[in-house]
Amino acid sequence: MKTPLAVQVDDLTVAYNYKPVLWDIDLAVPEGVLMAIVGPNGAGKSTLIKAILGIIKPIAGSISIYGKPYEEQRKLVAYVPQKGSVDWDFPTTALDVVMMGTYGSLGWIKRPGQKEKKAALEALEKVGMLSFKNRQISQLSGGQQQRVFLARALVQNAAIYFMDEPFQGVDATTEIAIINILKELRKAGKTLIVVHHDLQTVPEYFDWVTFLNVKKIATGPVKEIFNDDNLTKTYGINYKVAINK
Amino acid sequence: MTSPQIEIQVIAAIVAISCAIPGVFLVLRKMALISDAISHSILPGIVAGFFITQDLNSPLLILLAAITGVITVVLVETIQKTGLVKEDTAIGLVFPALFSIGVILIAKNANDVHLDIDAVLLGELAFAPFDRLILSGMDVGPKSLWLMGSILLITVSLLFLFFKELKVSTFDAGLSSALGISPVVMHYGLMSVSSVTVVGAFDAVGAILVVALMIAPAATAYLLTSDLKRMIGLSIGFGLFAAIGGYWVAHVLDASISGSMTSVLGLVFLGVYLFAPQKGLLAVLYRQKQQRTEVSLITFLLHLNNHSEENERHINHLNEHINWQKVRSKTVVDLALKNNMITIKDEVVSLTDKGNDFTQRALEYILTNKDERIETMKDDFFLFRG
Repeated sequence: MKTPLAVQVDDLTVAYNYKPVLWDIDLAVPEGVLMAIVGPNGAGKSTLIKAILGIIKPIAGSISIYGKPYEEQRKLVAYVPQKGSVDWDFPTTALDVVMMGTYGSLGWIKRPGQKEKKAALEALEKVGMLSFKNRQISQLSGGQQQRVFLARALVQNAAIYFMDEPFQGVDATTEIAIINILKELRKAGKTLIVVHHDLQTVPEYFDWVTFLNVKKIATGPVKEIFNDDNLTKTYGINYKVAINK
Repeated sequence: MTSPQIEIQVIAAIVAISCAIPGVFLVLRKMALISDAISHSILPGIVAGFFITQDLNSPLLILLAAITGVITVVLVETIQKTGLVKEDTAIGLVFPALFSIGVILIAKNANDVHLDIDAVLLGELAFAPFDRLILSGMDVGPKSLWLMGSILLITVSLLFLFFKELKVSTFDAGLSSALGISPVVMHYGLMSVSSVTVVGAFDAVGAILVVALMIAPAATAYLLTSDLKRMIGLSIGFGLFAAIGGYWVAHVLDASISGSMTSVLGLVFLGVYLFAPQKGLLAVLYRQKQQRTEVSLITFLLHLNNHSEENERHINHLNEHINWQKVRSKTVVDLALKNNMITIKDEVVSLTDKGNDFTQRALEYILTNKDERIETMKDDFFLFRG
């Protein structure tokens, strides 16, 4: 039997002020892959995720999550935005931020209770942040903040995880901790779509990759398509030269 | 106290609390200036509403004027979206335009409208008790008391119902949107509540001072707590204090009530800004001084760690080696001694085991820049805290 498609994007075009940042993207992500989205700055990597999640309205195209529109499948999806997209001076604690992951399944008005708190504590423990649960979020290091964001996604208990540069500004220990959790999630049959910057680690971390630069260059298994040809097409320079510099 | 005195204080208190609640979210969303824009641009709405209702406290007038407030926000965002000007410029363009329309409308119809420019800018709480609400021949209290009371009740109910939604959409609009809690709905909800509150409070405190009532309590509370619920509670407390305190200051000085309320708020903010235990100016300066001393201490310990030769560790030559003033050297040596990090024998300084261990850990942190290395040191030292 064919693996079902976790995410399918057809003819997606997104524009800011009539300037296209994503142009006619077709993308099919099979269930159970750990996929990197790579591409140069301004390639539209974050925009692609935001468009799939309905945060940005595309001007054309359609998106489906397990065959249905995103609005009907919210509960299957977890999202880790870029760490820099929020104000870490916001008056709240690590535990409280993780609890926000439960708000989607709670729906409007209903408050989180003991069940949600327990789930949040478990997620904090998984990312090794339990002892920081009551720490104000501005008092956390960059790596710790990223772990809190990951815990918040874990608590959503989703089938598909979208992550926007989860390794940005974290130290090596945190990076390893995070990738181990991602690999564990994949083993459990989850699908993970990760905007990634560090080309060197792609073969080691991911099994699937999408090359993006306003248009989609290629998508498929890392073993088959992560090569100089696609890298050069995406980055517009000879990849080998760039990486040796 | 006479009954109008009590009524004025109750109205002032309700106005202050009603403003403090949306104010917390405006401050956290970095939208303090929007409240300024709303408070000014609702003026044409109020004047137009008055032509229709002939009653400054009519709920219809409140609604009409509040719509002007929301229109202001939409206009600011529309101008901003063109990408030609930034948000602050857009705000600066929109509200004076609307405000001036209101001013002209009042000037042209001064005889019909019981509004003058002074009252528009500063409000007049002292007159509030004169306008009574009469229900089937019974005097049930000042109209503005009922009006602001209703607004406060609505604000508190909305806050209670949508606290979680307000929190997540303020902290992380992206996640909020992905979860299905539309940040746009929350944004306009907050803008509507703010507009209604500003219109309701307008009569009492005027266009300029209502901004202070919204922003100052929240800004003060922000310096004191890192918990959203506590921040709301503290804001309400500061608003309440300013309302009652301001009333009595005005009473003693025989001055404007709204002016005195705002002055009290300003003084409270100043006090907290200076003396807040964590974020206050004095605390920050003290912390910086501590950090300087600690950096010196570590420099000194690293120097000892680096040199086994005795002439480098001779107490009388330390000044020359590290190039410090005598006083500073003495402070640092005393601090190291007090913490059992060094011993002095025959005027030669040596690291103790504890000093050695500390230096190693500090060195490791400096070299690796890994936060987990210093978790255990955070309790002892300022330098390693956030």
